[in-house]
Amino acid sequence: MMGAVLAKRGRSSHILRNGGFVALPLISLIWSLADPTLGRELLEWVPYLASGFMMNILIALSAMTLGTLVGVLFGILALAPFKLVRYPVAVYVQIFRNAPHLVLIFATTYIFPFEIMIFGTYLPFPDWVKAVIGLAIPASAYVAEITRGAILSIPTTQWEAAKGLGFSRNEALRWIILPQCLRRSLPPWMNVLASITMGTALASLVGVHELLHAATDASTAVRRLDFTVIAYLVVMTAFFTLCYPISHLTRRLEGRFNAV
Amino acid sequence: MRFEPAQRMTLMTTDTKTALVRLEDVHLSFGRTEVLKGIDLAVNKGDAVSIIGPSGSGKSTILRCINALVQPQSGRITVGGTRVDQLTGESERIALRKRVGIVFQQYNLFPHLTVLDNIVLAPTRILGAGRPATEKLARELLEKVRLSDKENAYPGQLSGGQQQRVAIARALAMKPDLVLFDEVTSALDPETVGEVLWVIRDLIREGMTSILVTHEMRFAEEISDTVVFTENGRVVDHGTPQQIFHTSGNPRIRQFVGGFSGGRGEIRDGESI
Repeated sequence: MMGAVLAKRGRSSHILRNGGFVALPLISLIWSLADPTLGRELLEWVPYLASGFMMNILIALSAMTLGTLVGVLFGILALAPFKLVRYPVAVYVQIFRNAPHLVLIFATTYIFPFEIMIFGTYLPFPDWVKAVIGLAIPASAYVAEITRGAILSIPTTQWEAAKGLGFSRNEALRWIILPQCLRRSLPPWMNVLASITMGTALASLVGVHELLHAATDASTAVRRLDFTVIAYLVVMTAFFTLCYPISHLTRRLEGRFNAV
Repeated sequence: MRFEPAQRMTLMTTDTKTALVRLEDVHLSFGRTEVLKGIDLAVNKGDAVSIIGPSGSGKSTILRCINALVQPQSGRITVGGTRVDQLTGESERIALRKRVGIVFQQYNLFPHLTVLDNIVLAPTRILGAGRPATEKLARELLEKVRLSDKENAYPGQLSGGQQQRVAIARALAMKPDLVLFDEVTSALDPETVGEVLWVIRDLIREGMTSILVTHEMRFAEEISDTVVFTENGRVVDHGTPQQIFHTSGNPRIRQFVGGFSGGRGEIRDGESI
């Protein structure tokens, strides 16, 4: 009886959640079909919006790649046996884990020059790269904490078994501890991925041509209230379509890992 | 009963064969707690030595000293010509641990690796052995511990006894000169204790030098060349199984061993459960 009720609730919440997944695109579609002039206008701007969205994906993936590489390294260094290494890393992590993403994007935009000189030639330093760095910094701080926590969560008996077999600290970390951390840190890592992906919209504020910036361009050009509303609805839909599967997968992975 | 210097001398001199492992007057404290208060022990090549005694008498710590997982404050520890107590630095300790296998009470298999990979990892990564040859060795060892059908299983899919047998195979894959068994059956349920003891018995018959910390009195009596009784961080007495289990004049040993004699028919004892 209880089980049946719970199963039913589980099913209906499942429908509700997946319903939410199609509701946003559905509203945009029905609305643009109901008003053909609006629909045609939107269709015209879709390629421009899509080019902006590719920038969001590019920034998110680059920031996460950079943030993960630096973060895993810092997570390991945060547990190094030397204070001189441990303390600066701890300070970095605490500062940038608690800094608003927007502040960091502004900071990187204005701190870095617009071009850099490499081997005598001036190379442009585009704003989107600065946004990547601005988001990679907090991402690295989060990933460092995730990595540190995952390493600490591995029982000390694993270290002891590795030592007993003749592994050095670094070898044990590489072959025994970190592979076990991968599984444990995947769900929280995906939370960071979702959060950084949504954070890419902030890059519009420093002039990066991404989706939100494109939508603002479009609504200024068209100058129709209903178009402005539907343009931002499309922005929401795009981010939702990108982030929802990530968080959905995270939840499923968490459930699976907890069950084991 | 304490070891007086004169007796310590007899312990040294009676071992005329070259001892593979030798502990002399080893003292060790964790903070203010004195765990080892002058341990003397000699283990000849090919011998099996059981260390018995009440819980908290420092038995496991003796094993951890031998493979340099802990460092004593004073005393000499020699393993096959290496002064273990004088090792400095990680690389020297690693060189020692490659020669000394250890099997833990809680098996401590690597949960993310299959049974075969658990055995293959250390020889390939630490000794630089080739993968095909090591896999062949691993399969031979799995046959020896009677787990040939489990090479692709993960530790979580095995019973405690099976995991412990994999842990033994993992230690043997490093081809150690000596294996330390640290209460290897204490975490097992009674049904699987026997299968692990079988494997150890086979090993000892093949001549593997072994030091066992155990609560399995019947087993210790059967397989040991020497039994060492420790209490409160000291070696109270040592001798042949016959001497310790049957003809000891020491009332404390008689009392401890007698506590188990009621269950002579069983292989289990009460304390380790």
